[in-house]
Amino acid sequence: MREIPFETVKEAVAGLCMDANYEIGHDVVQAFRHGLEIEESETGKAILQQLLDNVEIAKNEKMPACQDTGWAVVWVELGSGVHIDGGELYDAINQGVAKGYTDGFLRKSIAADPLRRKNTGDNTPAIIYTDIVPGDKLKITVQPKGGGSENMSEVKMLSAADGAEGIKDFVVDRVARSKANPCPPVLVGVGIGGTFDKCAQLAKKALLREIGSLHPDPFYADMEKEMLERINRLGIGPQGLGGRVTALAVFIEAFPCHIATMPCAVNINCHSARHKSATL
Amino acid sequence: MTKKIATPLTDETVAGLKAGDSVLITGIIYTGRDLAHAKLVEALDAGKDLPFDPRGSIIYYVGPSPARPGKPIGSAGPTTSYRMDKYAPRLMDVGLKGMIGKGNRTQPVLDSMKKNKAVYFAAVGGAAALISKSIKESKVIAYDDLGPEAVRELKVEDFPAIVVNDAEGNDLYEQGTAEYRKDQ
Repeated sequence: MREIPFETVKEAVAGLCMDANYEIGHDVVQAFRHGLEIEESETGKAILQQLLDNVEIAKNEKMPACQDTGWAVVWVELGSGVHIDGGELYDAINQGVAKGYTDGFLRKSIAADPLRRKNTGDNTPAIIYTDIVPGDKLKITVQPKGGGSENMSEVKMLSAADGAEGIKDFVVDRVARSKANPCPPVLVGVGIGGTFDKCAQLAKKALLREIGSLHPDPFYADMEKEMLERINRLGIGPQGLGGRVTALAVFIEAFPCHIATMPCAVNINCHSARHKSATL
Repeated sequence: MTKKIATPLTDETVAGLKAGDSVLITGIIYTGRDLAHAKLVEALDAGKDLPFDPRGSIIYYVGPSPARPGKPIGSAGPTTSYRMDKYAPRLMDVGLKGMIGKGNRTQPVLDSMKKNKAVYFAAVGGAAALISKSIKESKVIAYDDLGPEAVRELKVEDFPAIVVNDAEGNDLYEQGTAEYRKDQ
């Protein structure tokens, strides 16, 4: 059994929260640059240029790229040969989130109760998803997820008879109905299969993929390409003010399915698509 | 063309703004988002004064990130506006002239804008570090207990925004999307 100190985990999570919010990923920046080349709307081009400038300011001044520094969604791959020394793993993660959001001047965006709305004050609790994997490593990914694009997300229980066309129509329509609200250009995470709840988790996990990467299954790679093209024909454009660049990517995560069901979840991410990982 | 405008907004200034105009706003604006709006309307319902004079005012829908030492504010981009739609007409009825946010408004807000000669601006969502450069001073003037949702008075210089909905009922979101839409 390999021991990893509680404090090591806590400090790693705190650092990931800050880095993810200050430094927009290289793949997103590349997608902005590509968008600038293909966008036809002058307003759209001006917006994409502002986003590129914003990325630089955020990185250089250690400011969050977006004031909505998100819900800290934390993906854990815990090796079965790892033991956390000096405390519980989830406590280390939550204390790391609290430290990262406090020391890093990040916004605290979590209401302790959905109806009574008092802020928890330190951006905890984190949303933690854990996979137990073979080995003696601990991989942690922090994915700060903004609320505006989360609000434009949806789960639909389709049937096998709806097929791939039903999935594609639902996904494109969900983006069309979102219009300007989720801060386009967006990333579109699509979960297909699993249970009602698993499907939504798949859609969120899909958003961790690198822009430009191909789905390993050519069937789904083709679906992603077709949906991206259809979305970029909607005319919504950067910030919804009209243009060609409405989405930067569509990512699918598929999973086995009950014979009676075909759930599909769409998790929309604004262009502040943030995630950072560390392996301890 | 970029137009420079100053607060408080007058009927004349608002009448000169058309959907699609880029503007640079200078002067005092106020922040408010979900919970602050609920409290502002609650105050009006109770016959109390608002924490600022609403006549000619602009409200910016934002919950900024905390300021680093020596800085007036943290990152400060717009939040999605429709969540304030339940409250916005009431505030326009007492003099609110401008709203800055992002995303589509609902019909009651658009109707109230025409009736009250008000304007809706979009700031670029997610350009929050860039936008913060145009905010020179910030102080909490109400509801400090709401944290990022408190009402702040901001002194802004050349704050960049785009007119989406003007007082004549034009809508840049609809116009822009229609212009670039292609058949599915």
